[in-house]
Order: sequence, then C-alpha cells, then structure tokens
Amino acid sequence: MNDTTENPIRDAISQAIGEHEVILFMKGTPEQPMCGFSARTAAALEALGKPYAAVDVLPDPRIRQELSAISDWPTIPQLFVGGELVGGCDIVTEMYESGELAQVMGVEPPKDAPAEAPEAAEPGAPPLQIDNKLA
Amino acid sequence: MPRPEQLKERIEAAIPDARVEVTDLTGGGDHFRAKVVAPEFAQLSRIEQHRRVYAVFGAEIGGPIHALSLETRAE
Repeated sequence: MNDTTENPIRDAISQAIGEHEVILFMKGTPEQPMCGFSARTAAALEALGKPYAAVDVLPDPRIRQELSAISDWPTIPQLFVGGELVGGCDIVTEMYESGELAQVMGVEPPKDAPAEAPEAAEPGAPPLQIDNKLA
Repeated sequence: MPRPEQLKERIEAAIPDARVEVTDLTGGGDHFRAKVVAPEFAQLSRIEQHRRVYAVFGAEIGGPIHALSLETRAE
C-alpha cells in the first residue's frame, strides 16, 4: 500500500475494516443480496445471530477494486473479523459447518442454528426474498 | 467462453501434482466450481490455498470467469 497516494476510497475501506469487529463486503444487502454467494455468506452470519456490518460494493466499482487491492482477494463477498480477512463464501460456509466461524466470531452458535450453512439463491438467480417466497 | 476442461488444465499446469475437478455450475460458462487437491497446500492456510488457485486466472476472475467457487485441501 502506498500511503502517500491520496486514495479516499481505499482509506475509507481500511477504516471500516478496522472499526468493525465483523464486516461483510457483499453484492447487495443482507436483506436484498444481489448474488447467491453474497446471500449464502450473509445467511451464515445471520444464523449465528451476532450483529455485523455490511457494505454493498455494487454502487461504485471502485469499492470492489480497492477492497481487492487491500485484501489480495479477487472475489466478493469478503468477510473480515477483527481486521483480518476470513475468506469468501466457500471458506465462510466450510467454517460455519465446522464450528470455526462461531469460534472466530466469539459466539456460541444458537441452539436452533442449522448444522449445514443455510442455502441461499443459486448463483445468478434473483435476490433472496424471491427464494423465500417459494419456501 | 472458458470451458471446465480448460480451467482444469490451467490449474494442473500451474500447481505441481494437483488433482483437479472443475464443474460448470450453471452451464453458462462463467460460474465454475473447482476441487483442488495439491501436496503444496500442506504448507498453506486455507486463505492462501484459495489465493494460489485464484492467482492462476488473475484478472479473469470477476471478468470472463464471473465466479470460481473453491474447495481445496492438501491430501
């Protein structure tokens, strides 16, 4: 990282990662995810019941560019806990199912939390609430 | 449009002794899933394992390869 370059977006992202214990960068919002991978990652966090910050990367393509430059991770979503990149959808899902996610987030999984990471819409499918209507 | 066999070959060429399975998740040629088993992963964290595979494709991830879902392990 080059601190002498003025880069307000990168600075804002770094600051957000530092300020929030758990922060998820995703496409869309937890209420209205715009990608199946983001939906699934948000669903895993929701199932653990710990509050988290969520940033929608879609409004400005520079958010995604700068985030990936900071994290050395090419895809969205990206979950950070305690300022460290935990991973994207695959890793978060694996860690949810093994119990590691609850561990790194410092929570006891709720008794009613599903053992398998909650499914979300298929990649490229419409947002989550469309899926919910089918349930 | 990338094909699963092409992705498999490129991962195998880049990571020594990797055993790779690639599937096209949607049939659309842009959402893929790869299972990669490679001896060198024994020295890497899960994040580093995924970075290693993503690095094979560079800027194609997020471009022509819209999504590459990964499952990686050492053996």
